[in-house]
Amino acid sequence: MTETMAATLPARKPYSFTNGKLAMWLFLGSDAMGFMGLIGAYIVLRITSPDWMNPKLDPGFGINLTGFMTFLLIVSSVTMVTALAKIEKGDRKGLLFWLGMTILGGLTFLGLQAYEWTHFIHQIGDLATAYTAENKAAAPFTNYQATFFSLTGFHGLHVSIGVVYLSCIWVRAWQGAYTAENHSPVELVGLYWHFVDLVWIVLFTIIYLLPEPPA
Amino acid sequence: MSENAQVSHPYYRIFGILTVLTIAEILWVFVVPHSRMMLAMGLGLLAAAKAALVGLYYMHLKYEGKLLWLVALFPLTLVIVMIAGFLPDAIAPY
Repeated sequence: MTETMAATLPARKPYSFTNGKLAMWLFLGSDAMGFMGLIGAYIVLRITSPDWMNPKLDPGFGINLTGFMTFLLIVSSVTMVTALAKIEKGDRKGLLFWLGMTILGGLTFLGLQAYEWTHFIHQIGDLATAYTAENKAAAPFTNYQATFFSLTGFHGLHVSIGVVYLSCIWVRAWQGAYTAENHSPVELVGLYWHFVDLVWIVLFTIIYLLPEPPA
Repeated sequence: MSENAQVSHPYYRIFGILTVLTIAEILWVFVVPHSRMMLAMGLGLLAAAKAALVGLYYMHLKYEGKLLWLVALFPLTLVIVMIAGFLPDAIAPY
């Protein structure tokens, strides 16, 4: 009896979107609150701290590197929506190619972030070495370190998880799991990836572009 | 969005606008002379515009129903409440 009902009833889709999509949006909403807690701490500490490093004025990097990283995430968002558009038309090869491009974009972003972190860790290490009781001008920016690395690290963790998530979807696509009619997981991974891009847009502005608070 | 697969999406146009807005942000900081307040407000507007474009077109909120909008806007409302909560700490003299 139950089997007969299951065969005749349409798939349960109560509000014109899938349960998976609702769950992903709820997760992204709670994740946004997590990011907002860290961003709030960053803003308060930045405004109230007398010393602060300014990444955008760094002579070795300037804004060029993070500007390029921002562009890279925007490009990876386009490759992601292109992948979705391809599978909506049933083009599995197109899906595999553009998902691969999105994974490559994520990996390149992570590589550049590791490069940036290495530079700043060395820079802060030099400042810490120069810091003595007599030379307090070389204070090692403790509040800056705490918030900069927490925020960009938390975002980097999201990018890393996104790359793993995208790779799992790529393998399933390669196995032929998705069709023009059934590709909901591709849409869900896309939502996650665009959220990561959206958060970086906010972080780029707050960490790298906003001016110093008045002295 | 799968339910709206027949909708034509302006993905590449949005990409172009996002790129232009990113360049505008950098020019706003390094080229255009203005006060500190103008700088912050301009950057805030440009970042909000970029975030809105990603949400509306790439996350397909533009094509979703009211209930999903509610799910997306609820945390945004909480974020505004949170900002209002920590702002006194941020602007208080230390």
